[in-house]
Formats: sequence, structure tokens, C-alpha cells
Amino acid sequence: MANAKNHDFHILAPSIWPLLGAVGGFAMLFGAVLWMQAITPYLFLAGLALVLYVMFAWWSEVVHESHIGDHTPVVRIGLRYGFILFIMSEVMFFAAWFWSFFKHALYPMDEYAGSEYIAPEFFQVDAFHLPLINTLLLLLSGCAVTWAHHALVHENNRRDLINGLAIGIFFGILFTALQAFEYYELLVHHDWTFGGDEFFSNFFMATGFHGFHVIIGTIFLTICLIRAIKGHFTPERHVGFEAAAWYWHFVDVVWLFLFFAVYIWGL
Amino acid sequence: MADAAIHGHDHHDERSFFTRWFMSTNHKDIGILYLIVSALVGFVSVAFTVYMRLELMDPGVQYMCMEGARFVADASATCTPNGHLWNVLITAHGILMMFFVVIPALFGGFGNYFMPLQIGAPDMAFPRMNNLSFWLYVAGTTLAVCSVLAPGGNDQLGSGVGWVLYPPLSTNEGGFSMDLAIFAVHVSGASSILGAINMITTFLNMRAPGMTLFKVPLFSWSIFVTSWLILLSLPVLAGAITMLLMDRNFGFTFFDAAGGGDPILYQHILWFFGHPEVYIIILPGFGIISHVIATFARKPVFGYLPMVWAIIAIGALGFVVWAHHMYTVGMSLSQQSYFMLATMVIAVPTGVKVFSWIATMWGGSVEFKTPMLWAFGFLFLFTVGGVTGIVLSQAAVDRYYHDTYYVVAHFHYVMSLGAVFAIFAGIYFYLPKMSGRMYPEWAGKLHFWAMFIGANLTFFPQHFLGRQGMPRRYIDYPDAFAYWNEWSSIGAFLSFASFIFFIGVIVWTLVWGRESRAANPWNEYADTLEWTLPSPPPEHTFEQLPKQEDWDKAPSH
Repeated sequence: MANAKNHDFHILAPSIWPLLGAVGGFAMLFGAVLWMQAITPYLFLAGLALVLYVMFAWWSEVVHESHIGDHTPVVRIGLRYGFILFIMSEVMFFAAWFWSFFKHALYPMDEYAGSEYIAPEFFQVDAFHLPLINTLLLLLSGCAVTWAHHALVHENNRRDLINGLAIGIFFGILFTALQAFEYYELLVHHDWTFGGDEFFSNFFMATGFHGFHVIIGTIFLTICLIRAIKGHFTPERHVGFEAAAWYWHFVDVVWLFLFFAVYIWGL
Repeated sequence: MADAAIHGHDHHDERSFFTRWFMSTNHKDIGILYLIVSALVGFVSVAFTVYMRLELMDPGVQYMCMEGARFVADASATCTPNGHLWNVLITAHGILMMFFVVIPALFGGFGNYFMPLQIGAPDMAFPRMNNLSFWLYVAGTTLAVCSVLAPGGNDQLGSGVGWVLYPPLSTNEGGFSMDLAIFAVHVSGASSILGAINMITTFLNMRAPGMTLFKVPLFSWSIFVTSWLILLSLPVLAGAITMLLMDRNFGFTFFDAAGGGDPILYQHILWFFGHPEVYIIILPGFGIISHVIATFARKPVFGYLPMVWAIIAIGALGFVVWAHHMYTVGMSLSQQSYFMLATMVIAVPTGVKVFSWIATMWGGSVEFKTPMLWAFGFLFLFTVGGVTGIVLSQAAVDRYYHDTYYVVAHFHYVMSLGAVFAIFAGIYFYLPKMSGRMYPEWAGKLHFWAMFIGANLTFFPQHFLGRQGMPRRYIDYPDAFAYWNEWSSIGAFLSFASFIFFIGVIVWTLVWGRESRAANPWNEYADTLEWTLPSPPPEHTFEQLPKQEDWDKAPSH
């Protein structure tokens, strides 16, 4: 009985990925500083490549471990806890951008006694044109993912799972494309600037960070689509898909706050 | 003993050195790595302060000269004061201590090693991610050290902006040292957040059968609450410093008044993180102290349930008091009144803890072993720091104390003397468990008394200096402040000597120390699960989950 595992928790073999990932992260950030100083972009790119490689290799290993039965029910509960906690930390990250946005919207500096700042006049986006379309796209995408989820859990219907995911991803990509189009229009044709004023700073930081999360979520869903096509998910075992769905809904909700606060109320 | 019976002492470790320490997925090894690296960084950070105290020992600038930094004063050579060097050292000391010494030692080191053991878990919930937390911590430390050595403001090396990185100072600092410091904090934050996710999941999902939430030992509770503080406050800091980065490099104006930005906004966001941060630093210390006091008073800790709720209350209240760090920025009176009252409320749960520790000792048979001395020291010093904290919480009084040495004395009493004494208590308490060797008792006691006297000599006179009006963060001062500064510096040298002695004690113990293989070298009041394991514990622990009678000594909770 010595050294035999008598519990359902997941004990892992030693792994090189954490060390390599941290080396990659260091190179990427040191490289980012060098790049911002216009010295060289290559260290950043090399670090980024290593980080991406580690992510791929590491998570491939996780998928493999799931196949060989390491993810017992209690481990799956732990993985879910972990992902929910990760999303909570992301919520607090967004709290910083919203804090800054609301502070400047509610107490603009030009109202402070003695302030010489004059808020610039700039082109106002109509919240009920492109931003509304984007809102609907993201909500529809979330509906499609939920449809896929139900197809998996309640009917074990792989075709609908794949269809739902594909539609969700398609709308996600469309959202990113339209958001890029909006940035392009505002910056190139409507004299907005990237930074230079508090409103632009808050706008691009909040929507940009959100857009980055949409891209991450789209990649996450795409991985799930590939895994669904390969038949990795069963009605009982699909933590990866569940996490992707939660993440996608989180991104959705953040957008709703952005839409109401920044686009409708702030502009 | 259930686990010891299964393992015996003949377990042979087949891992190579590189595999064991660089590719680890073992919470005990990762805990030790955390402790070692944080001790190294702590030594660097303490060395910086010793150099600063050397400079402050006498009025005038004798050591930090534009002509080159000196270690021996030379009256014959000219010395133009190098304020930038001073500012860099003060900044590095703060950043290193805050992010790279105390959190990694208490949360990463003791938390990793003992929280899973106390709840009877075979390892952390995510053992591989645990190692990522550690290596990101090393990466962050490296970035922080690079920042000190990189081109910075005033055409010199390093950033001299204070650990809080307030704009406009931090946004205007030249060079790229500041950017490296920002990324160092980002990486350390990512490391801590991943660690927090891991700890919370382990705590919620992997407790031994029968161990309901209110049967969990107090140290594990303190790690759990600390994890929540990290999880919810560090991302906000990451946001704040990302905004700094954008302001510095991409022409954003979050904090630049010329572009409609607000530098005070940064202070609010920073301190929304910064205040929970001080509880992140001290709460695991509370947990360690509870176990040490119960063990050496030979009594179960007094009022377990209120102790748990006090930790939770301190954690929750820690989020709603941040602006007491910024009474003088021009907030309205009602805002100041709110933050003042909320701050004082924290004294209530903290008082519950302090009085429960005292009540634990009351009527116990107190044994002054080294860990207990450190716990006593902690209790006294933390209470002194707490009381000056109550003084500073008054917005009106703070008008006079703000940014004086009184504040420096206050936060060093709670952190340098509170948290650090808790770390030392933990090290002496757990060293026999982690290494299977016992330190020489006289050496531990000598270390304690040298540090206790040294630290008090350093920081107690700073209360006087603050009351006399000496502002913090300056390289020089008028002659009127000379007397207590000299004493303060002597205290710092004594503390530093005790730190070097401590390193010697640890090395001596690990190499030549008396073997102490008993599962429990103390007494039956060290009754948590880690004391049922062999010393040192085998590579894998609790492969057979512990039974309730192994740990449930007080089923009436």
C-alpha cells in the first residue's frame, strides 16, 4: 500500500511548463519595455511565442489527463471553482476601468475650481447604430452557446452542440470585426485620438480590454468547437466547454455595462 | 499517525535535483522554494534600509554622493547629495518588501506548505499552476531588480518615486526603469492571484472527511480569507498600474490634469488595493501566532469561532477604509468622517483577536520556547502598531502626522515587527517539521532578543521624530532631529546583525543541527494534522486521507 494513492484528487507528475512559461513571461514583458523604448520588438515577440507555446502544450496536457481519467468528479468540481474564481478576478480588473470611467463622467475635471482644462468637442457615436448591433451580436452569440450547452447536457446532441458553437463563434468574430471597423472609423474619419484626453483614454482602455477578452473567448470557444467535433465532450464531462461558456457570458455582461454606461450614457 | 504508519521512513526519493526543484508539482517543495527566495529578496531589501539608516545616522549627507556611493564617510572628499539614489532605495525597499518578501513568505511559503497539511489534503488543487505562481514570483523579482539597475529618472539608474508609484511623479520619471517596475508588480500580482485561486479551491474542495468549515484550523482560515483579499484587490491594482503604463508610453491621460485626468484617482484605486494589502500581509501571521500561542500555553485557542469571524470581519472591512491613507488630498468632511469611523471599527475584530490570544495564555502553563518568544514579541509590537493606527485613523490628528516619521513608525510596527515577527515565529515553530532538525534553543532566543531590541530601538524613536515634525522620505534633516536618528540607526544595525545571525542559525541547523525526527516535537496542543506526519514529511502526504479522530480534538465547536 506504500505510495499508493487512495483518494480521488489529482496528483501531478513534475512539469517543465511552469518554469518555461515564467521565462517566456519575463522575456515578453522585458521585451515589451524594450519595444516601447523603440529598441527592439524581437525579445517581446520571442517571449510571446514561448508563452503561447507553453499555453498550448500545457493545456494539451490537461486535455490528455482528462482522457486518461485523472479528472474525477471531485477534481472537476475543483476545476470549476478555479475558473469561477478566475472570472471573479477579471471582474475586479474591469472594476478599475469602470472606476476611472465613472469618476471622470460624474466629476469631470473642468468643473473643479481653478481647473484650466476644457473638455474637447468630439464626434458623438450614436449608441443605437453600430454599438446596438454589436450588443445584439454578442447576446445572440451567448444564446447560441447556451443552445449548444443544452444540446450537450440534456440531449447529448452533438450536431446541435457543434452548430451552436459555430454560430456563437461566428457572431463573436463578427463583433470583433465590427469593433475594429468602429475604431477605424472613429480614429481615421472622425478625428478621435488614441489617448490624449481622459475620455479617449477611458474609452479605448475599457472597450479595448473588453475587445481583447472577446478575442480570448472566441479562441476558447473555437478550441471547444474542435474538441466537440473530435467528440471530447459528454453530458457529464465537459468542464472545458462549461468554462468557455461561463467566460463568454462574463464577456457579454461586461459589454452590457459598457454599452449602457459608455455608449448610451457617456457619449 | 495514520499516514506515518503507511509510509515509514524508508521512502526513497527518486527525483533528480532539477526535477525536484525546477519542475515541482509538490506543495511542500514549492513552499520551501518560496521561503528561500523570499529570504534572499528580504536580505537585499533589508540591506538597502541599512544603507539608508547609515546615511540618516548623522545630519548632512556623507554616503550617498553624486561623486559615487560610499560605505565609509570621507570628510576630505566633497560630497554632493544624491537624492535620486536615496529615492531609488526607498522605492525598491517598499516594492520588494510589499510584493516580493512578506506575501511570498507567509502566503506562498507557509500557506503552501501547511494549509494543505492542516486540512488533510494530499496536495494543492492545482499543483502545476502552483509552480507557475512560484516561477512568476521569481520572474517578477527579476524584473524588480532589473528596474533598480535600468536607466531611470534624473539620468541615473532606477526609479525614485516611492512604492505607491503616485503620478505625476511616476508618469514623468525618465528612462524605462519605471516600466520595468510596473511589469514587476503585474507579474507578482498574477502570481498571487493564481496562488489565491489555488488556495481557495484547495480549501473549499479538499478538506479531510468530516472537516466542516468551522472545524478548519485557524492558520488555514487565515490563508483562505487572505486569498479572497488577493483575488479581489490585486486585479484592481493591475488596472491602476496599467493605466500608469498607458499614460507613460501611449499618451493616455488618466492621471494627467492637462488631458482632463485626475492624479487623485490613482491614489483611490491604488489604496483600494493597498489597504486590503496590509491585511493580506498580516492575516496569515495571525494564523501562525494562534497556533504558536495555543501550543506553548498548553491550552486550545480561546474562542475559536470569534477568532474565525474576526479574520473574516477584518478581511471584509479592509475593503471599505482605503481613503484613510489620503486624508490630506482634499476630500469632503463627510467622506473623511466615514473613512475615519470605518477604520476605527476594524479595531473591534482586531481587539477580539488580541484579547483572545491573551485569554489563551491566561491560566495556561506558558513555556518560553523560541517560537513563543516571537509570538509574545508579535503580540506586544503589533498592539503598539495597532494603537498608533487608531491615533492615525483620526482625520484631524492625521493633519499633523501625515507623511511624518510617526506614520513610518506605525506601519513598521505592524508590518516589519508584526508580520516579520510572525514569520520568524513560524520558521522556528515549523523548522523541525520541515527539516527534521532542531535549532539550538539558545541561538533562537539570542536572535529574538537581538531583533526585539534592535527593531524597537529602530522604530520607537521614530514616533518621537514624527511628533517633532520630521517628514518621511528625505535623505537629510536639520540638526534638531539628530539625537533620535542616531539611536534609530544603531537599532537598525543591531537588527541587521540579528538577521545575519539568523541566516547562520538556519544554515547551521540544516547542516549540523540535532536530528528531531519526532512527528511532534512540541506537545499535545500542537494538535493539527501536520504534527501527525513524520519530520520531514515524505514526498506525498495523506495518500490515505486522514480520519476524523486524527484531527478532531474539540468536536464541540
